[in-house]
Amino acid sequence: MESIIKVTHLSKIFKEITAVNDLSFTVKKGDVYGFLGQNGAGKSTTIRMLLTLIEPTGGDIEIFGYNLKQHRKEILSNTGAVIERPDLYKYLTAYETLHLFAQMSGVKIPRLQLMEQLEMVGLASRAHSKVRTFSQGMKQRLGLAVALVHNPQLIMLDEPTNGLDPQGIADIRNLILMLSQKMNKTILVSSHLLSEVEQIANRMLIIDKGQKLVEGTVNELFNPDDTVVFLETTNNTACEAMLAQSSYAPQITGVDAGGIKIKLRKEEVPAFTRLLIEQNIHVLGVTSRHSLEDYFLKITTANQHVEPFKN
Amino acid sequence: MWSLLKIELFKVFRRPRTYIAFIAVWAIVSLIQIAIYVDGAKYIDFVLKDVKDNFDVIGNPLNGYFVCFIILQTLLIHVPLLVALVSADMIAGEANMGTLRLLITKPVSRTKLLLSKFLASSVYAVILLIWIAILGLFLSMLIFGTDGLLNAKSYEIIILNGNDIFWRYILAFGFAAIALITVAALGFFFSIFAENSLGPIVATMSVIIVFTILTTLDIPLFQSVKHLFFTSHMIGWKGFFEMKLDADGVSIPGTIRNLPAVLRSAGVLLLHTFLFVGGAIFIFNRKDVLS
Repeated sequence: MESIIKVTHLSKIFKEITAVNDLSFTVKKGDVYGFLGQNGAGKSTTIRMLLTLIEPTGGDIEIFGYNLKQHRKEILSNTGAVIERPDLYKYLTAYETLHLFAQMSGVKIPRLQLMEQLEMVGLASRAHSKVRTFSQGMKQRLGLAVALVHNPQLIMLDEPTNGLDPQGIADIRNLILMLSQKMNKTILVSSHLLSEVEQIANRMLIIDKGQKLVEGTVNELFNPDDTVVFLETTNNTACEAMLAQSSYAPQITGVDAGGIKIKLRKEEVPAFTRLLIEQNIHVLGVTSRHSLEDYFLKITTANQHVEPFKN
Repeated sequence: MWSLLKIELFKVFRRPRTYIAFIAVWAIVSLIQIAIYVDGAKYIDFVLKDVKDNFDVIGNPLNGYFVCFIILQTLLIHVPLLVALVSADMIAGEANMGTLRLLITKPVSRTKLLLSKFLASSVYAVILLIWIAILGLFLSMLIFGTDGLLNAKSYEIIILNGNDIFWRYILAFGFAAIALITVAALGFFFSIFAENSLGPIVATMSVIIVFTILTTLDIPLFQSVKHLFFTSHMIGWKGFFEMKLDADGVSIPGTIRNLPAVLRSAGVLLLHTFLFVGGAIFIFNRKDVLS
């Protein structure tokens, strides 16, 4: 399939801080590509380099098959973006904002079509209200309309749901899905929430400290058989000793004061819980999550070293 | 480029802040006009106190041309501040609002973006100057009438005939436009380094105030370099209100005493404008936008 974004050995060093380190990835036509990492992992810096806001220290960026530096204007003509907060001119109305950015993108769009764009993001009734009167969610939707106003093939969204309430998050998610499924856009969306990306992306990349940790399709990465069960008991030490003697011993992936982590396929869970009961283990809680979630949690909750994810 | 300029002008004139300058100019000019209307005779007495025993003043010295001359001298410091309010906000204000990153992701080169913004601030400066001309010159002519102009300097009094003044004002306003565009360029230059407009506004005004003080200090060190300061040349418009003298020391109407000096001042201002804008473009094209 045709590559829309091809990043090769990209790096960015700010004085002594390496924000992005030898990063390579490819976004294919029609992808909703999830770009994941904790805050400060290098997502925004990478997206800013893709949008020419930041000059890379090294590496190559090709978009639509063209070198970004040499074909900046052509590439940006076909790219829309929302970068972090949806900051817009507070003293303009939604319609004026859209009209202004359409002009900046070099396209003349009739009034009716602009209103349709506002309709698409649910803001037609507020077309002539000033942006300063908008909620965060409305600003984010208007930001998305600005990104789409010139009908770009590629859309980059940097943390598009930041600061939104659950309804706002759902609205943006539905918009992204609609853009991908009905309008066949290629979308690069960054987030620090795996659960969010998991619901919309077909491929994803996880980075940490500016480096790639894992890349693949969501189906590959979210193998339903690949579940981690987190077990809390009244006596974790005794439980661990019992499990160490059992057939589950090789599947234990971690033990700490809080509980025991064990890698299980979904269909193994009932037999496993039955064993605990038979062994008179007093269970306080059993939580299961996908091993990728567990892996991502490790990256985002502690400053610990993590090996590349293996499915 | 025209399209970009229109967008920038649209943004400038949609902001309430832009109109502060127009209101401030109206307030200052009105106060001066009221003061002169009420108490102008005493002011003229004060101006002529050293020479009134030797001269008979005939006609109406307190006319619109004279009032406009006072207004222009009074606004010498204020108008640059008002211009800096907008020009220093051009990039820093966008960075502060967070819209700069959105602009740069559009298919427009940074150079064109900057040029359109600088041109918009220049257009604003010129429109502000036209507003000053309307209130300061035309309205004063309407209220106070027209007659000869008394240009009292520390060592001479120049008297211009009523029919020899209007064209001088046109040229003086043209020169002032160049001076204000230089101020706009300075504010614009500082604007690329900041993420809120207060810093560049203060920096621009500080430069103007400090250099104006250095220009007026009678210290040999500064005297020898003051011709390099653009602030020394901002008052070049006054040169249009001086006439050549004939061999008998009599003024020659319709002449400008030292036109080359006035043109040189205009050239220095234009050179500074070029350096400030060129510097801004050079630096901004290499700058990472992190706002």
